Amino acid sequence: MVNLLLLWTLAVPLAGAAIVAVLPDRTGRKLACYVALLTLGLAALPVMWRKAGMWLEMDWAWVPAFGLRMHLGVDGISYPLVLLTALLTVLCCGYTLWHTPEPGRGNVLSSLLLLIEAGILATFLAQDLVLFFIAFEVVLLPMAAVIAVWGGPARRRAALKFALYTLAGSVLLLVGVIAVVSLTGSGDMTRVPALSATAQMWIFGVFAFAFAVKSPLWPLHTWLPDAHTEAPTVGSVILAGVLLKMGTYGLIRVGMGLTPDAFRQAAPVLGVLAVCAIIVGSLVCLAQTELKRLIAYSSVGHMGFILLGIATGSTIGLQAALVGNIAHGVLTGLLFFLAGAIKDRSHTGQLTELGGLREQAPWLAGMIGFAALGSLGLPGLAGFWGEAFAIVAAWSRGGPLWTTLAIVAAIGGALAAAYLLRLLRKVSHGPLAPSLEGVHDARWPEVVAWVPLIILAVLLGLLPVLIIDPAAGAALISEAVGK
Amino acid sequence: MLSNLWLLIAIPAASAAVLLLAGRKADRWGHWLGVLAPAASFVLGLIAFFGLRDLPGRAAEQTLWTFFKSGDMTIDFGLLFDPLTAVFVLLITGVGSLIHLYAVGYMAHDEGRRRFFGYFNLFVAAMLLLVLGNNYVMLYLGWEGVGLASYLLISFWYNRPSAATAGKKAFLMNRVGDAGFAIAIFLMLAQLGTVNYNQVFSQVGALTTGTVLVLGLLLLLGACGKSGQFPLQAWLPDAMEGPTPVSALIHAATMVTAGVYLIARSNPIFSANSTLQLIVVSVGALTLLMGCIIGAAKDDIKRVLAWSTVSQIGYMFLGVGLGGGAYALAIIHLLAHGFFKANMFLGAGSVMHGMQDQVDIRRFGGLAKYMKITWLTFMMGWLAIIGLPPLSGFFTKEPIIAAAFEQHDAWKSWVFGGAALLGAGLTAFYMTRLFVLTFHGPKRWTDGQHPHESPAVMWIPLVLLAIGSVVAGGLMASPVAKWLEPPLPAAPAEEVHGVLGHTAITVLSLVLTVLGAGLAWALFRRGTALEPQPAGPVVRAARANLYTDAFNEAVFEKPGSWLTRALVYVDNKGIDGVVNGLAALVGGGSGRLRRLQTGFVRSYALSMLAGGVLVLGALLAVRLG
Repeated sequence: MVNLLLLWTLAVPLAGAAIVAVLPDRTGRKLACYVALLTLGLAALPVMWRKAGMWLEMDWAWVPAFGLRMHLGVDGISYPLVLLTALLTVLCCGYTLWHTPEPGRGNVLSSLLLLIEAGILATFLAQDLVLFFIAFEVVLLPMAAVIAVWGGPARRRAALKFALYTLAGSVLLLVGVIAVVSLTGSGDMTRVPALSATAQMWIFGVFAFAFAVKSPLWPLHTWLPDAHTEAPTVGSVILAGVLLKMGTYGLIRVGMGLTPDAFRQAAPVLGVLAVCAIIVGSLVCLAQTELKRLIAYSSVGHMGFILLGIATGSTIGLQAALVGNIAHGVLTGLLFFLAGAIKDRSHTGQLTELGGLREQAPWLAGMIGFAALGSLGLPGLAGFWGEAFAIVAAWSRGGPLWTTLAIVAAIGGALAAAYLLRLLRKVSHGPLAPSLEGVHDARWPEVVAWVPLIILAVLLGLLPVLIIDPAAGAALISEAVGK
Repeated sequence: MLSNLWLLIAIPAASAAVLLLAGRKADRWGHWLGVLAPAASFVLGLIAFFGLRDLPGRAAEQTLWTFFKSGDMTIDFGLLFDPLTAVFVLLITGVGSLIHLYAVGYMAHDEGRRRFFGYFNLFVAAMLLLVLGNNYVMLYLGWEGVGLASYLLISFWYNRPSAATAGKKAFLMNRVGDAGFAIAIFLMLAQLGTVNYNQVFSQVGALTTGTVLVLGLLLLLGACGKSGQFPLQAWLPDAMEGPTPVSALIHAATMVTAGVYLIARSNPIFSANSTLQLIVVSVGALTLLMGCIIGAAKDDIKRVLAWSTVSQIGYMFLGVGLGGGAYALAIIHLLAHGFFKANMFLGAGSVMHGMQDQVDIRRFGGLAKYMKITWLTFMMGWLAIIGLPPLSGFFTKEPIIAAAFEQHDAWKSWVFGGAALLGAGLTAFYMTRLFVLTFHGPKRWTDGQHPHESPAVMWIPLVLLAIGSVVAGGLMASPVAKWLEPPLPAAPAEEVHGVLGHTAITVLSLVLTVLGAGLAWALFRRGTALEPQPAGPVVRAARANLYTDAFNEAVFEKPGSWLTRALVYVDNKGIDGVVNGLAALVGGGSGRLRRLQTGFVRSYALSMLAGGVLVLGALLAVRLG
């Protein structure tokens, strides 16, 4: 019975997506919220079975002819991401219930959100390579549709670019999957397959490319700013919040898990590219003139830290990546929610046309201030730990290369303060801009969507140990309750 | 109390949360809550202080929870209350409470008073976190927290562009220093696997000389950023854009002294490398002279005080750099400075309060008659800072000058002792100039000024701080030095015979002080010109902050902005251009691309389906083959 839990976690949003799509607009949007909440409940349950290794696992021969197995599992690496996905979907469905962007038809949008959720959850839960690939692909189409239909003025171009880019990645992923399955006869991700060194090298190469596009790793990041700028608010939130994590997760689970030797050899290259992403992303942010574009580029920098942590291949680096993944999802999700709220009000994202929000909408300005501080890595908020320990992990590897990478990354991290404060000064401070005259402050439905993220940002800032070690977290809570 | 140290931080933090989240309802009582919170922490701090005296080992440590754990590396939310922390806690909450009280009056007509107290309490909480932590990550948490509070308070009047820019500048220059500090922490974690003070200090001996030097320099960079020391001093005078109580509490009495705390706390690291100590001493000596020279050329009352703060902290850096018994001397000077500088800043605020926010000392004059309490209290601060016996400064600055003369190398004694001695004379000059131009001489007011004394809620803190300025130094000088060892090292038993004797140094410094003060009095007792006068190169350089701002702009800002613009170009035209070109190529030219776009979802769905069939086909082939 317990084993079916994971299947239910996927089936509920999938079935919900189908039903929601055919219901009337408002009813559909409401139902989508309930479905998302139910999924969140289901997704949270596995913590009750936590232990070292796989917490819960199920393995069925699904389509034996293709060797396709319904092999699902959850462990300490995937659980936080699963939970974050489910939470962000709830918030986005709730937000859509209150506000659907042009051209309306919120039930379809909600349905697509649930479909995306199912795909992402399946990616994080899959323990079979073929299943992983299918789940990875399922996400692509609905996400492109969300951008192409509900996006900004240049939405089609952005959606096309997103689709072409990730499709290119997918083709390579497919090559890798086929190679592994044909060479070893199995797509089981829980075991390291016996591959020759050369095969590992090639397979890791194509995997790394696919995941690098998704993460995105510099210099394969150029789809991201366009997609983010044009996507509707909920699209940006899901995109930044969890979709990018499919790349970093894939790198850990598939890249490192299936081709560990090649991963070790390629680690310096990955590390250098990750640090390039940090520096270039931050510097480019300094010259950005559009609100959502700036936040999108900041994602490139933040994901660079996560990739640096992974590249080190050490326990502490992976822990940092894990924390960084969640922190970035929470904080950038929040930033995109807020940027969307500002753009909806002012009808412009140009920084030069914004200003004085502090005066007109103090709560909204306060929250964007909070999100920016979190994002610039203020210790005590979620963003700090992942980045700090990615640097420690790099430094701990020793040698001139990794030491240099650590120092350069640390300097890049300091740059985040420069562009985020510039953002705050342009948006919140100064005299009131005409575009913001008479706009209303944060509304209740918005606040309801944002507050969980704010609470999480503080909680994870004070207790990052909750992500690294849910067991330690549980012990801590029971101790606190016991007192 | 020693088992509930977290309360010290939690009280102001909770109060800040209430003030910032309560909304307009709290406008009527919010400021009193804001005063009560640091006062409550002060009382608890006193209890803890007295508890500490009877405690064997004189240090209480407690761990609340674990932040991060990886293998053997554990980072805890841990607190430590020892003699060094104790004096800081009392300074922060004691002087802090008085400044909070003053701000009730000073901010009375400001719409954002509740928000102001929210930020102010947040600052106190962060500063207490900074001094109460038992490891470097805790220190860093508080360090960034005070930086944040400082940023929020400098740009408190957010619709003034200059305030927003100054806030940003402060935060960014601090961030440069903070990056150094952060890298130091990463270095400790990578090399030692711990950030806990005791564990780090016990392993310093195992590190190579080079590593200790690098570690110390990184910590020093952080300290320079926070404390406005060369080369990161430029933000501090601009920070005066914030309300005056902020300048008093954050940019004079407490936050800017965090760098001194950092070095004093890390004394086993700094004492382990003499090159490092020489660098700290040089930074201190250079900055103390810079601050004096620039301060003497400024006409804005708050900026003169700000440069004077830079200069006084230079003395403290000189002290901690000298090492040995001088660590304690620096801390004692820091405590005394907290009193007299807060007193003078609040006095300046009182003057501005009575003069419609005028800050130009060329536009004051003759105020002694109209603001008697402010004049008298400011006078105490002035006499204390120039080091006239028997006021505070005499007992706390004098020993640092003497210590600077007592080094093993004669050239060091002459260079650093000489700088400290020269600084004393210059300090007397510019502070006297400030005092005379403000309170004496002819009136040079703008039209429509009706100066008046400030309300009691403002002058009571002034009087209390003035009393502190008079007596604190004399009372603290020897007992606090004993109280602070350990954690600070004791003075070496063997006396170093300096190039000059104690008496000679005291006499010299008094003579210089009297000369400086007398010269300023003679020059400015008849007032001054209202416009900037043509001047020689030294004065022109001093007015331009010795061209340090221009240097920063030319060396960092300009190339920085070129670099970012170039990168954006590469990103758009280079990388993205290649991708777009490829996309067009794949799509078979732009016409094809357009068609693809118009029927986008449908054609994508079709190609997806085709892809799916391909995948299944391929898998089947693999299986069967």
